[in-house]
Amino acid sequence: MRIEAKDLEFGYNNNNNKNINNKNINKNNNKNKNKNIISRLSLTVDSHERTALIGPSGCGKSTLSHILAGNLKPQSGQVLIDNKPLPKHGFCPVQLICQHPEKAINPRWKLGKTLTEAWSPDAQFLEAMGIEKAWLNRYPVELSGGELQRFCIARALAPQTSFIIADEMSTMLDMITQAQIWQALLRIADERGLGLIAVTHSMELAKRVCSRVIEFESLME
Amino acid sequence: MLEVKNLSLFFRMYDRAFKRQDLKVISNLNIIARPGEIIAVAGSSGSGKSLLAHAILGILPKNAFMSGEMLWQKNPLTIKIQKRLRGKEFALVPQSVTYLDPLMKVGRQVSRSKDTTLNLFRRYQLDESAASLFPHELSGGMARRTLLGAALAGNPKLVIADEPTPGLSQDLAENAMAHLREMANNGAAVLLITHDIDLALRFADRIAVFYAGTTVETANAQDFANESHLRHPYSKALWRAMPQNGFEPAPGTQPYAGALPQGCLYAPRCPFATPLCINAQPESRHLRGGEVSCNHAD
Repeated sequence: MRIEAKDLEFGYNNNNNKNINNKNINKNNNKNKNKNIISRLSLTVDSHERTALIGPSGCGKSTLSHILAGNLKPQSGQVLIDNKPLPKHGFCPVQLICQHPEKAINPRWKLGKTLTEAWSPDAQFLEAMGIEKAWLNRYPVELSGGELQRFCIARALAPQTSFIIADEMSTMLDMITQAQIWQALLRIADERGLGLIAVTHSMELAKRVCSRVIEFESLME
Repeated sequence: MLEVKNLSLFFRMYDRAFKRQDLKVISNLNIIARPGEIIAVAGSSGSGKSLLAHAILGILPKNAFMSGEMLWQKNPLTIKIQKRLRGKEFALVPQSVTYLDPLMKVGRQVSRSKDTTLNLFRRYQLDESAASLFPHELSGGMARRTLLGAALAGNPKLVIADEPTPGLSQDLAENAMAHLREMANNGAAVLLITHDIDLALRFADRIAVFYAGTTVETANAQDFANESHLRHPYSKALWRAMPQNGFEPAPGTQPYAGALPQGCLYAPRCPFATPLCINAQPESRHLRGGEVSCNHAD
């Protein structure tokens, strides 16, 4: 499997508001200079390599992750998986694990429902991910950030998944849990031949986990 | 100076109609934060680190109950004092970026006065134009820096930084830590909750290691440079799990708060556990300039 991004363009421009002649809006636009977060970005990643994506804070790594996972539509350019565009409906084979789990989980659902949103993992899998049975009956506010993140990871590892994008997924975990979760994820990735893109600020982690390191800036022409 | 003595904390929950259950999440916790010093709190996720921070500030949910003692400058820290001091003498850098007001522009959230806002923006390398953005327009790292700026804008005497660095690149994280160090050098007491032991090692004075709601070890930061200087088996396991030190996770998980073992909380995972450990919780004792709760540490 191979994921390919071609000539992506993305920015939060208010171009639709051009016809509104409100000074404030224009002023704001000028301030932000209408600069695109991502411009002319291309990237190819094979599923047999583990890629680390690094770059300074605020440069657009998370935005790119969201585009690759189909959560955001680029203004131009496209994302191909095995030369086919991402499916518009149904399960997306590229799954994103977000930086802030508390923002990626429905606060009004018990965690059992969140977990089985995409698939129903068995008890053995839950144990490998370090998820306690008792947590399934609790609401997100009652668990710590690290505990929630395990649900996000387990949810993303449905059998239909072929690519995982881990956007700073382990920074809120303690070292032991970090190592446990990475090893569980890597084992599953190996078994199923999943591709992995890890967005990280930790070079130590990148060195340990990934076979290739990409600097975000080098992707844009 | 902030002293926390024998703090225990539980949540009262109702299972079904009248079935009450108390969930003990912090048990017999001791910690001291001295002015001029950064004490880092490291340890397992869900071990009650953030709860400790919230307990000190008095912002726990209503179903939380506490026992034990908290002293601020030798006086008991009552709800009234907490209310008066928080936001002024007490500053919190919250863990979650959802603590930003989603409907207020970033500049206003940071501002105390215009000068300090600009200074803080410059210090955290935020573009001035970011002041007119809303939180949802920020990247994770930018939101994190906004939280830091907002909390440290005043002149707090106690700073509680709850994981201030995730999402920040190495140099920005160092920048933030240098700011905390500077505040400590100016006489503030800093309680730094972090998983980044590397950073803690370089910027903190002492490191307290939490496990399942209690302190298992308090060490000098330098002790974390070398496994053999650590005292508790859990601290050693933390050390070995760092990517540069083998990335070797200890098997097992932290016990669930509702099912804590009777003896040493780490005993079920500890390779050195003996019947003595399983029957009773080991007392905290002094060892090589630090403190440890373990029967076998030497």
